[in-house]
Amino acid sequence: MFEKLMNSFLHNFIEEERWKYIADGLFVTLQVTFFAVILGIFLGFLVAMVRSTYDKTGKLKLLNFFCNLYLTVIRGTPVVVQLLITYFVIFGSVNIDKVLVAVIAFGFNSGAYVAEIIRGGIMSVDQGQFEAGRSLGFSYFRTMIYIILPQALKNVLPALANEFIVLLKETSVAGYIALQDLTKGGDIIRSRTYDAFMPLIAVAVIYLLMVMLFNYFVKQLERRLRNSEH
Amino acid sequence: MNTELGKTPLIEVMNLTKKFHDLKALDDISVKIYEGDVVFVIGPSGSGKSTFLRCLNRLEESTGGKILFEGIDITDEKCDIDLHRQKMGMVFQQFNLFPHMTILKNLTIGPQKLQNKTKEAAEAEAMRLLERVGLADRAQAYPSQLSGGQKQRIAIVRALCMKPDVMLFDEPTSALDPEMVGEVLAVMRDLAEEKMTMVVVTHEMGFAKEVATRVIFMADGKIMEENEPGQFFEHPESERLKNFLSKVL
Ligand SMILES: Nc1ncnc2c1ncn2[C@@H]1O[C@H](COP(=O)(O)OP(=O)(O)O)[C@@H](O)[C@H]1O
Ligand SMILES: [Mg+2]
Repeated sequence: MFEKLMNSFLHNFIEEERWKYIADGLFVTLQVTFFAVILGIFLGFLVAMVRSTYDKTGKLKLLNFFCNLYLTVIRGTPVVVQLLITYFVIFGSVNIDKVLVAVIAFGFNSGAYVAEIIRGGIMSVDQGQFEAGRSLGFSYFRTMIYIILPQALKNVLPALANEFIVLLKETSVAGYIALQDLTKGGDIIRSRTYDAFMPLIAVAVIYLLMVMLFNYFVKQLERRLRNSEH
Repeated sequence: MNTELGKTPLIEVMNLTKKFHDLKALDDISVKIYEGDVVFVIGPSGSGKSTFLRCLNRLEESTGGKILFEGIDITDEKCDIDLHRQKMGMVFQQFNLFPHMTILKNLTIGPQKLQNKTKEAAEAEAMRLLERVGLADRAQAYPSQLSGGQKQRIAIVRALCMKPDVMLFDEPTSALDPEMVGEVLAVMRDLAEEKMTMVVVTHEMGFAKEVATRVIFMADGKIMEENEPGQFFEHPESERLKNFLSKVL
């Protein structure tokens, strides 16, 4: 039994240095996730500001319309379809790095969810905070920056962290545009060795470990936030 | 009283109206508030007292009429309301301290960011005022660590740190446990004695009698009666006010 597993391990990962598919794939997955997260936060932040400004003041009507359109389209279609459209339609005629395509597709996808999380956070801050800021003489924008957003972000930090766990797993469909991420790396080994068990389980375990590690940090964060009353 | 002829009022409200859809929350309000006036606004719940106060610094946008503050029409779209608000301190029923900042930061953020004071100058002024309300030892605490009465005293100091020309109070003691009301009223009494111009919405009739230079009775969005406190409480004219006073006194 043990010997069989050992042989399978050697066959799948050591022979012809096949472990490199996993290692390279992991690097691509982390790269895509990391930059998509940054793009997602940036977009989500902008969209949330536009939407809550419209909710609170009725201003930015046109921008709010486009933000709503963006949210509706992104949240109403599968991420794989978005990825395929980004690659074959939007960037179909240009030669562009697939990692960049994935970052853009997953970043825009994540931005929609981040936007709603941050907007929820802004709306959850008591209206009295807003009025206190304005009555001191702060403009709408500065009240947002100094008073509302710090409280809003603290409220939604755990939800944001969760969104990144979701994103990490979602990037596993990057193989649809033949990007060799972690999932694709495992699948390539499977197609070479005709052994499904070892490479796919290895891929699953790596995702699981990353998610568990991240979850652990989120839990720590939640506990620290709960303990500090302010 | 400073209502002698010829002096320009600090705040002049002219035919102010405010509608919420079909509801007339304020109906043709006209008042003059002079420097050093301590104007108390009383009346039944829903009569428009908060709306009136909030229109004065445009937290609520009026639907008609004018408000002249230091001679400038602040209901004009073109005026920079943020600038005028710095001169109008506001104290809320629910305190509305910033929970993510220390007390000291609550007090200095306005002067530092809006009036370009140095950190040292802003903090020195904040500490001086904290000393006066007996809370200097709480400068590094967070709002959640204070009692309601302490929070409201800090909220008053926060407004004072901006060096306002008028202070607006919307039921400053209504959210407090009874034993904490006195400490907040004491701070307000001090302010009145220093001739700070104040507009106070409250249900504390005894305090109004003692501190007010003028009392206004509101009902149904209108000013029903306005008088100096002695006459107001001893010889009310309208039936509505008599009725109201008989219930609350
Ligand atoms: N934001 C609002 N939207 C709709 N109606 C409001 C709003 N604020 C106040 N009102 C209404 O306006 C009237 C006056 O309210 P308010 O000024 O709060 O009274 P008071 O402070 O004297 O109790 C009430 O009938 C109240 O229901
Ligand atoms: Mg009220």
